Amino acid sequence: MTLLLTALVVWIAGGGACLLAGRNRLVAATVGSSTAILGSVLALTGLVVGLRLPVELPWSMPFGHLALACDGISELFVAVAAVVTALAAVFGTGYLRHAPDRKPFGLAWCLFNLLTASMVGVFLAANAVFFLLAWELMALTSFGLVMFDHEHPGVRRAGVIYLIATHLGTALLLVMFLLLGCECGGMLDFDAFIAGGYGPEVAGVVFLLALVGFGTKAGLMPMHVWLPEAHPAAPSHVSAVMSGVMIKTGIYGIVRIIWILGSLPSWCGWALVAIGAVSGIGGVLSALAQRDLKRMLAYSSVENVGVIALGLGIGVLGLDARNPAMTTLGFAGALLHLLNHALFKSLLFLNAGAVRLATGTTELDRLGGLLRRMPWTGNTFLIGSVAISGLPPLNGFAGEFLIFLGALTPLLDPAVSGSTAALTGGLTAAVALALIGALAVACFVRTFGLVFLGEPREAARAEAAQEVGRSMCLALLLLALMCLVVGICAPLACLMVLEAVQQLAGAAQLDLDTTRFLEPLVFVSLTALAVIVVALLLFVLRRRLLRGRIVEATVTWDCGYAAPTARMQYTSSSFAQPILRVVRHVLTAHKRFAPPRGLFPAQAAFASETSDVYEERLYRPLFKKIESLLGRLQWMQHGKLNYYILSIVLALLALLAWKMR
Amino acid sequence: MNHILDTLLVILLLSCFLLLGTSRLAAAVRMTAVQGFMIGLLPLAIEGGEIRLRVAILAALIAVLKAGVFPWLLMRTVRSAGTTHEERPLVGYGLSTLLGVAAVGAAFWLDSRLPFSAEAHSKLVVPVAFSVMATGLFLMVARRTAICQVLGYLTLENGIYIFGLAIVSGIPMLVELGVLMDMFVAVFVMGIAIFRISREFDHIDAAQLTSLKG
Repeated sequence: MTLLLTALVVWIAGGGACLLAGRNRLVAATVGSSTAILGSVLALTGLVVGLRLPVELPWSMPFGHLALACDGISELFVAVAAVVTALAAVFGTGYLRHAPDRKPFGLAWCLFNLLTASMVGVFLAANAVFFLLAWELMALTSFGLVMFDHEHPGVRRAGVIYLIATHLGTALLLVMFLLLGCECGGMLDFDAFIAGGYGPEVAGVVFLLALVGFGTKAGLMPMHVWLPEAHPAAPSHVSAVMSGVMIKTGIYGIVRIIWILGSLPSWCGWALVAIGAVSGIGGVLSALAQRDLKRMLAYSSVENVGVIALGLGIGVLGLDARNPAMTTLGFAGALLHLLNHALFKSLLFLNAGAVRLATGTTELDRLGGLLRRMPWTGNTFLIGSVAISGLPPLNGFAGEFLIFLGALTPLLDPAVSGSTAALTGGLTAAVALALIGALAVACFVRTFGLVFLGEPREAARAEAAQEVGRSMCLALLLLALMCLVVGICAPLACLMVLEAVQQLAGAAQLDLDTTRFLEPLVFVSLTALAVIVVALLLFVLRRRLLRGRIVEATVTWDCGYAAPTARMQYTSSSFAQPILRVVRHVLTAHKRFAPPRGLFPAQAAFASETSDVYEERLYRPLFKKIESLLGRLQWMQHGKLNYYILSIVLALLALLAWKMR
Repeated sequence: MNHILDTLLVILLLSCFLLLGTSRLAAAVRMTAVQGFMIGLLPLAIEGGEIRLRVAILAALIAVLKAGVFPWLLMRTVRSAGTTHEERPLVGYGLSTLLGVAAVGAAFWLDSRLPFSAEAHSKLVVPVAFSVMATGLFLMVARRTAICQVLGYLTLENGIYIFGLAIVSGIPMLVELGVLMDMFVAVFVMGIAIFRISREFDHIDAAQLTSLKG
């Protein structure tokens, strides 16, 4: 714990020191990244040493103690945060080298380090007031980072949407904590929360508030609208931290609340499964429709958070059915997928940053053929894509596999098959997960193909593209390697999450013999190894067969045309069109189509744009309505100072009269 | 019965009537200065015989700020704005004075309904505080020029200060300094605002600010 505290101090002090650097790029990057890495190393060492003495410092704040505690749940999240932020900082030093000179680099690195510190603070907080303070600091620092390129109007818009969304979410959290505090006799410490008992109504209300409040930060649909705006707007290493770690603070909150409430009614599990299925399927479909690499990755985060929610839902249903297998598999799958997603999503966002640096754009329809020019970026992107699609031998497979097993337990295990809630919930989750997996493969085949294969769609951009610098390649490589190692050593990785799972089950008085349920993971490892061995064998075989023959290199895309051009390739919308056609009633695309006319058509055009369904059909009408309602009060804003003061005086007099009644 | 205290309070009350009845901005600023001076003397009068250093310093500080610095700033603004009179007040001067009398009556009635007077240093403190506050609020509502509104604000502050003196026995120094700091900033900001208004719009008529609404 001392090491963790030291890490916090290093991050905060490093952030302060960065401010002194002002606009000096080199000093800011050196100080900022070295303190970020030092803090992460300290934090990870602290976790390995594993002394967990809760710390409480005096603090002059009503109801607040500076209480920090580290348990199994916190440990997992702190580890994820430390690893991802350190590697993002390594990438950031190279990435920001190419930013314009007048940018406030000192401030950016200061915010980066403070963001790390506040996220770890959120994970370690053991008091609601301290938790909310760290939570708000996290929101504000990440807002500052999103606004790094504030001279673009789109970025400013994204920042404002993010700020509004995060504050609406926090408002609900405030109510939730106060409600918990009222039930616990005015105490706002987590220890008091877990000691208190809650009736089903209070537990239900608290759970719903948490689901919406924390779900906003996690990016669960339909509270996700800020995510595809803010994540692409931030610099790429910040997007990696936001997508890899920051949205996980929302998941952390939901897990914490499941732990605090102990046993939840079965509808809570159902709600998690439902919202998970909606986010997962909706997220991946929207990702498939995007035309910007980073926006697409952001929607894919919505999908993966949905998968995590599915796992948590299975776990809660298992707790309700008192079934150890379902509980373990659900929670372990969710937490393992969280760990995995942090690795591959930050990898993919860093890749997107590399592509942006090399070509100056992240628009899918302007890229293509980058694999030969950027082998490191391209191959690590391929590893990330395979991982995120949940295919063996990479890490994405293990988590989703566990959730699958958990979802199918009620079918296989006669002990719980009587519980309809568990059965239907499990089946829904299994079907949703299968659909998500397949669509995710389609989505990343499309993305990888468009960006890295084929011929460059804009020759000039591709000519100029070259591999990014060494520090950036190092970060990419390390993350890709971790994806592979976690994939092969899935049972070992799962040991990391087991303590958190046991803690969750323990809060609901359910004893688990967890290791028994993780035997399938050994097969996952073996499969992964087998896939790698087979691939290597095939590679060797190919080399051997080709030995002594002449291998010709030719254009990738020919199709037998006499004069092929790069524009004949699949575009981002044409690749996705067959799938999006099926869901056109849900996901409306705005099309502009000028068909070719006459026998010798001179001009024709087609353009399609898919906007966010929820933003278009839910939030925009809602906010329009609120605006028009508030517009009716505009007569009060007449601009006459005297009358404003008069109305204040009248209000005061009315209060006085009421008091003296 | 503290005669000095009562005298000061009566002077304060009278200054309120003068503020309500005058149309000349310079006279109004001067009247606020007088009020500020009286306010500065109040803690001394309450302390009575033995005057401690801390109270003396505080009294001096208040007197210098309220009777010296603020009026000087405002006078400067009046001179540079080129307006000497409040031209078309929303409520006339005669009516204003009558309403002031009514406010004093109401303040005494209010005092009789509230349980403060028992601990106060003088029977007059609470009613005078209420009347001064009412005068300040009325000035802000019924006058057009920004200067008069600033004066109204200062008067309101004076009223609150008197009320604080009446309720709290002894003056918590920190709170007092906080209030002074607050006011200093407020006057500063308003001074600048008035200066800007007069430069941009050729007048200091706050009623013209309506064009700024959304």
